Amino acid sequence: MELKDLYRDVILDHNRRPRNFGRLDPADAAADGHNPLCGDRLTVSLRLSGDTIEDIRFEGKGCAISTASASLMSEAVKGRDRAAVQDLFGRVHALLTQPDAPADGSLGKLAALSGVREFPARVKCASLCWHTLNAALDQGGTISTEGGNESSAEAAP
Amino acid sequence: MSATPLRAATGAYDVERIRRDFPILSRTVHGKPLVYLDSAASSQRPLAVIRAVDDYETRSHANVHRGVHALSQEATAAFEGARERVRRFINARSTREIIFTRGTTESINLVAQSWGRSQLGPGDEILITALEHHANIVPWQMVRDATGCSLVVAPIDLSGELIMEEFHRLLTPRTRLVAVAHVSNALGTVLPVAQIIAAAHARAVPVLVDGAQAVPHTRVDVQALGADFYAFSAHKLYGPTGIGVLYGREELLAAMPPWQGGGDMILNVTFERTTYNELPYKFEAGTPNMSGAVGLGAAIDYVESIGIEAIAAHEHCLLEAATASLCAIPGLTLIGTARHKAAVVSFVLAGIHPHDLGTILDAEGVAIRTGHHCAQPVMDFFGIAATARASFACYNTLGEVDKLAAAVRHAQEVFR
Repeated sequence: MELKDLYRDVILDHNRRPRNFGRLDPADAAADGHNPLCGDRLTVSLRLSGDTIEDIRFEGKGCAISTASASLMSEAVKGRDRAAVQDLFGRVHALLTQPDAPADGSLGKLAALSGVREFPARVKCASLCWHTLNAALDQGGTISTEGGNESSAEAAP
Repeated sequence: MSATPLRAATGAYDVERIRRDFPILSRTVHGKPLVYLDSAASSQRPLAVIRAVDDYETRSHANVHRGVHALSQEATAAFEGARERVRRFINARSTREIIFTRGTTESINLVAQSWGRSQLGPGDEILITALEHHANIVPWQMVRDATGCSLVVAPIDLSGELIMEEFHRLLTPRTRLVAVAHVSNALGTVLPVAQIIAAAHARAVPVLVDGAQAVPHTRVDVQALGADFYAFSAHKLYGPTGIGVLYGREELLAAMPPWQGGGDMILNVTFERTTYNELPYKFEAGTPNMSGAVGLGAAIDYVESIGIEAIAAHEHCLLEAATASLCAIPGLTLIGTARHKAAVVSFVLAGIHPHDLGTILDAEGVAIRTGHHCAQPVMDFFGIAATARASFACYNTLGEVDKLAAAVRHAQEVFR
């Protein structure tokens, strides 16, 4: 378990200067994500063109892992369609959870999150933004890392 | 288990000797010596407790209050012996006032479901404080929703102290129960419970005290305090998990309906009618946690062998040292600066989320709690989502305070 594997320069940089931070108004879709265990909250808002994410913003309060993961995600999904986002999430999830996931060259800067898998308590921090993005693409609502998910109409387009 | 005197010949507090009583403290975490600063969440157990539980399981276990055979009688004697040990520890009048529960949370729920649901209705108010743990909020919300009574919250100030003028103002003829923490788990504030109880009793209002964070650190005499209900857990008092206590004044308990039905809480059952057992068994449905009770009894013996006053004095030194060395760190803000505090330091660090701090400290072997500490309203009041919290117990040292401060400074290096 090496701290420097978790807090790589890319992670610290995206935590300090999160990209695509803020809120799109109006947005075509949005959702709130909450990790009640650590109090992390974030909102993802999207501008869509058909199935494709034209623009994305996120805002909220969270730890370095959650903030950097959301920032890296926002850069990675812009211009991708729903199927491509699902595929990417699948590969990021494998990176975060599988003990000896092979290096996936196509992940780009997202690969900086690979250190998270050595810190099981922090996996939820890194995946919160992805679950929230999924909820936004599924027409909004609120998701929680601890179950009891609720859907609300207010965030629907 | 006989208790050995733990004070050195000089009369000084011999923390190294105490540490040797706790086997877990000699382990390492990530290759570093464990620095356990999360005792407010759950304290570690001394060998005396581990052995008492082991001895009970190895030699004496059977169901209690049932058999005529030797083991059942031994188990009953051990279980009831632990009840008497608890009674003496908190100076209750009678063992009829000592109800074993799963812990503080269940103790409060018992009062809420039994006393609350039978006594409260629309127009009645339950007065709590803004410092409460969720366990002293949610049970009362459930009673409110079931009975139509209201929940009133006395506010705190920015130091984390209860604003007594507001408390007095909110204590009205509509108030039917006051439910307060003795010590705040999130901030360490010691509440003026004697004053609170006196004010409530002047209006004939009963008071429930959540003593989970107080019992390990201060002498609690329920008669001197005048508490009507007092709840605490064994596992924050160097005892096992899954066992706790509800003390209740006998007059109140006697008038309360049972809240769970089953074995042990009955005298006679037919399909038409059941006669409930006497106190305290009326509130102990089902086979209880006997080994837990034995462990709690041993934990009390252990604490008394050191002396709760000696523990409190030692912890106060740790609190002062930790407060001074943390406050010297640039960018660190203490959350909770009440004049009277238990050995808890809650803090936030500019630019570093408590969750990241917790991970970095863990890599140094330093175990602290990070998060909302099951007190989200307290976090909301301070406008934060979480804090880092170091809490101290009888076995912590000034050297560990230094390691905490050094680990926090290391975290700042990592995030530079």
